[in-house]
Amino acid sequence: MKIVVIVKEVPDTYGERRLDLETGLADRAASEAVLDEIGERALEVALAYADSHDDAEIVVMSMAAESAAATIRKGLAMGAASAVHITDPGLAAADLGLTARTLAAAIRRTGFDLVIAGNLSTDGSGGVVPAMLAELLDVPNATALSSVEIAAGSVSGTRNIDGATVRVKAELPAVISITEALPDARLPNFKGIMAAKKKPFETLSAADLGIEPEDLSVAMSIMTAIAEKPPRAAGVKIIDAGDGGTRIAEFLIENRLA
Amino acid sequence: MHDLTDEEQQLYDMVCEFADTVVAPQSYEADRTHTLSMDVVAQMGELGLFGLPFPEEHGGQGGDYMALCLAIEALARVDQSIAITLEAAVGLGAMPIYRHGTDEQKAEYLPDLVAGRALAGFGLTESEAGSDAGATRTTAVLDGDEWVINGSKQFITNSGTPITRFVTVTAVTGERERPDGSVSKELSTIIVPNGTPGFTVAPGYDKSGWRASDTHPLTFDDVRVPAANLLGERGRGFANFLRTLDEGRIAIAALATGVAQGCLDEALGYAKTRNVFGVPIASHQYVAFTIAQMQARVYTARLAWHDAARRVDAGLPFKKEAAMAKLVSSDAAMLNSRDATQIFGGMGFMNESLVARHYRDSKILEIGEGTNEVQLMVIARELGIG
Repeated sequence: MKIVVIVKEVPDTYGERRLDLETGLADRAASEAVLDEIGERALEVALAYADSHDDAEIVVMSMAAESAAATIRKGLAMGAASAVHITDPGLAAADLGLTARTLAAAIRRTGFDLVIAGNLSTDGSGGVVPAMLAELLDVPNATALSSVEIAAGSVSGTRNIDGATVRVKAELPAVISITEALPDARLPNFKGIMAAKKKPFETLSAADLGIEPEDLSVAMSIMTAIAEKPPRAAGVKIIDAGDGGTRIAEFLIENRLA
Repeated sequence: MHDLTDEEQQLYDMVCEFADTVVAPQSYEADRTHTLSMDVVAQMGELGLFGLPFPEEHGGQGGDYMALCLAIEALARVDQSIAITLEAAVGLGAMPIYRHGTDEQKAEYLPDLVAGRALAGFGLTESEAGSDAGATRTTAVLDGDEWVINGSKQFITNSGTPITRFVTVTAVTGERERPDGSVSKELSTIIVPNGTPGFTVAPGYDKSGWRASDTHPLTFDDVRVPAANLLGERGRGFANFLRTLDEGRIAIAALATGVAQGCLDEALGYAKTRNVFGVPIASHQYVAFTIAQMQARVYTARLAWHDAARRVDAGLPFKKEAAMAKLVSSDAAMLNSRDATQIFGGMGFMNESLVARHYRDSKILEIGEGTNEVQLMVIARELGIG
């Protein structure tokens, strides 16, 4: 069972996050870079399976800046067997389509039974890469799973939607994405950190994967304008004059918060 | 700090994450109720913290003394009680067994100690003996194939937890005549399993700080243990634990550095967001300079313990460096916790605030593992004076 887990380096959500207004990309100097928590949870799903299945081989994969190697290595320290890091200056401003095409090429090259990704990154919040990967790899896709069971030839799980829970199942090979309902990831221990140094770590360029970042025959999205988020305005103050409860309820309904 | 390898930095970051997410949320309650959380201890065990400086053949993580001290520093930023629990468990509980134990003793005790499934204490301090270990009154007499132990110990960390397996006790096992004709006590160390008849772990102390750390007075009343429980050579007890104490000073220095760092982090965060007279207090020069001073203390304290720990791992002499590191870092912890509390104002006097706890907890750093006066004595002696 070969499981490829897609991970991503993102600006720490606990720190200050800013966009570079020249490029539209995350300003990496503004805060500390960390492994996206949702990707860590995806890795935990794979590691939990590997804890009880000796035949499981876990590969962490990321398309990221060269500087992200240390963050990807954390996935190895946590227990993945090898890492694939796709890094190329031409991919720096890749849109979701190019990202998915590149990752799909790398996944095909590595080989897989199951691909696990988070449902939504905390920086770009695109949320469509897992579905795009499934389409490009021509395999079934189960998205936004809040529980996952991996079996020998299939993967199943549940997806929570408004007012219902959907049980889904797919034959392997498949691509799934998971939500924050899955457990927190384990922390790497020192033995894992030291072992990570000796694990295979493959670095690939776009050319290695036959990807042409400037290929204009492929549809892509282009950023046309960018602006800083306006500073937060003062909130609405409701002073209780006997009808405070009603007015709060009205406010919540009006703003679709209830 | 640039002397750290990538792996050491990752270890420090990982333990910081553990400290912030698992340890810190329970610290106030644990302190308030004087309770060491066995759940936190178990999670530390799973993370491999108790096995950091031990080789993998004994179930350890294959790290070194530096690695252990990094973990202690990272924990102490948010909780000194948990940090000292680790320090004592490894330095005083497991390390003497690893260093001086027979193969049988290692096989019996190390696997559980290294995994954090069991804890052990080290009974050195008595009412009239501490750094002056020669004044030890506890005795152990060989009766057939058993040691009979009588005496009492005080302030023994990790001696009474639900998973404490044993306490290693220093005891007078005889007398020796020096070449000049004077008589000196022969000190040895003996493993005394908890639950042995006559061995009483009295209720924990009501301490002003380190309140979640498990600390008890112990009494030994005709306690009988097998002769094979002697740890290390008979009469080598003093020499053996001197190294334990010297190393321990570096771990305490790392702990104190963590405290100084934790106070700096708290003060900096608070000073940037707390407004007085319409501006954040951090923009007042007095507060800014106070915090700058705190940062400088953290830096020098860290340099000092890093160098001392590197010397241990390189096999170089480290007695003087350990004493100096403990001296400057405990000063840094005391001063930074005082400054941070002052910056917090009234909020800093509330036990819910981390700085208030650090303020109470830090005093022991100038006392434990040899008082700072003893550190000065050690440094002066190394200089050939005093």
